[in-house]
Amino acid sequence: MTDRPNLNDPPLVQARRLRVEFGRQAVLRDVQLSVPRGQTLAIIGESGCGKTVFLKTLIGLIKPTQGEVLFDGQNLQRLGDKELVQQRIRFGYLFQNAALFDSMTIGQNVAFPLRQHRQVTDSQVQELVLARLAEVGLPDSVVVKKPAELSGGMRKRVGLARALVMNPELMLYDEPTTGLDPIMSDVINELIMSTRRTHPVTSIVVTHDMRTARKVADRVVMLFPLSRLAPGEPQIIYDGPPSELDNCHDRRVRQFIHGEAGERLMELRESRTSANA
Amino acid sequence: MSTANPTADRPQGFFAALSDSMADWGGVVIDSVTTTGDLTLFSLKVFSWLIARLPRRETLLPSFYQVGVLSLPVIALTGTFIGMVLAVQSYFTFRDLGLETRLGAVINMTLVRELGPVLAATMLAGRVGCAMAAELGTMRVTEQIDALESMGADPIHYLVVPRFLACIFLIPTLTIMADFMGVVGGYVYSVSFLNIDMHHYWYNSQRFVHTFDLFSGIFKSIFFGAAIALVSCYRGFHCTPGAEGVGRAATAAFVWSFVLILVIDLMLGKMMYTAYYYWFPNASKLF
Repeated sequence: MTDRPNLNDPPLVQARRLRVEFGRQAVLRDVQLSVPRGQTLAIIGESGCGKTVFLKTLIGLIKPTQGEVLFDGQNLQRLGDKELVQQRIRFGYLFQNAALFDSMTIGQNVAFPLRQHRQVTDSQVQELVLARLAEVGLPDSVVVKKPAELSGGMRKRVGLARALVMNPELMLYDEPTTGLDPIMSDVINELIMSTRRTHPVTSIVVTHDMRTARKVADRVVMLFPLSRLAPGEPQIIYDGPPSELDNCHDRRVRQFIHGEAGERLMELRESRTSANA
Repeated sequence: MSTANPTADRPQGFFAALSDSMADWGGVVIDSVTTTGDLTLFSLKVFSWLIARLPRRETLLPSFYQVGVLSLPVIALTGTFIGMVLAVQSYFTFRDLGLETRLGAVINMTLVRELGPVLAATMLAGRVGCAMAAELGTMRVTEQIDALESMGADPIHYLVVPRFLACIFLIPTLTIMADFMGVVGGYVYSVSFLNIDMHHYWYNSQRFVHTFDLFSGIFKSIFFGAAIALVSCYRGFHCTPGAEGVGRAATAAFVWSFVLILVIDLMLGKMMYTAYYYWFPNASKLF
């Protein structure tokens, strides 16, 4: 990647001793993470390890049970509703299934943040919407379509256009390539990289697709499910550049990046045996 | 990871079963208190948005169309049949008492006081309340509500306030339609099929049904509309993931709305008629 982030700058996002629980179930425990401006961070980990919960906690969609999130030095938990809205305009979020509004057309979906937060004329909105859609490789003709009429890959690209329309400082991608064919996955990866080239944006990409992590990220962090950790063991089991992943000595990291089931197979056999007994 | 059967380690016997049962009941009580508190806070947020900032016209109109225009035919149809059913059910009792000419008074008073508003509200809870819960539930499950929030839009202001306003502003008109069609249905059936004298039918209706009866029904309907909108939107917002969760949210929206409609009806009915007969002690009564 070009334009490496300056590590001496204060981080744009900081998670401090983040703990998230749903009822009695803890999902994140004492997670600490700083993301410098301009960095593209990939958060990897198996399903259910808390990647999406972490991402949603970063923008205040989930309130942490303990700990705090600092965005540009401001503690999101201490902000009032209006201030939080002001900060959220600085984020762009690409949801796992794009989360486009079913009742609106594609044009209305992409224009939504503009109409909410900016005093713009209809012609300005149309111009910006078409420019963003062109940026993600979609023709003008999609603006009048409903999300249900588009393929999964097109919906993701519309989601990306909508997330970028306000020129965010921080882009959050939740499983951007999940459910897409390899070619469309690569298109999305290229779009993530071109977004970074064309906009001064810091990115956090949550994925379990190693191709995505290796291709788009400057830094990779691996989260491990809390239920499989020993008490007191840190939940982040890898934090480093993608090139160093293959040299990591942690068996759990190697298993994940090579897609090996390991002890999970033994657990599966044991549960089958006990079910048959 | 342990693969042991979790129930194997639990104590067995009468006292264990008793403590499990108590724990279950305790859970139900805690859930009820939590839900009531959550619903109250949810309602307060809606009211605070009503004061702070009203939604834009383009978000209001679809809700008004959905609640008002699309509900009109079904409410008119059910209103007509209820009027006819009232005529059928009351006729034989009143004929035996020699009071069949007062049928108009009974049908119309029952309609404008109770059945019109309650029926319109029930139809609205079934048609619109369930749809609201299912739509918002699907939006919750597919992260559309999270998307709204992430783009700096308040989901309660954007999604709930327009639906709430549509319900409270349009339920009175729907109630008037149910009343009107019920009056027409009752009249047509009584005069055409039961051969009640038209003059006496209207004379007795006019004598016993007062403006206050009509007003009380319409006034109550505003509270029914508020209850339907708040409960249905709340259930949608707190929908659990999956198709089953959306289905449950829609069912719960209707059941809760219906129960609340009856509770509000009882309380407001009692209060309003106590006040009415206090201020107008000589108001004419049916018998």
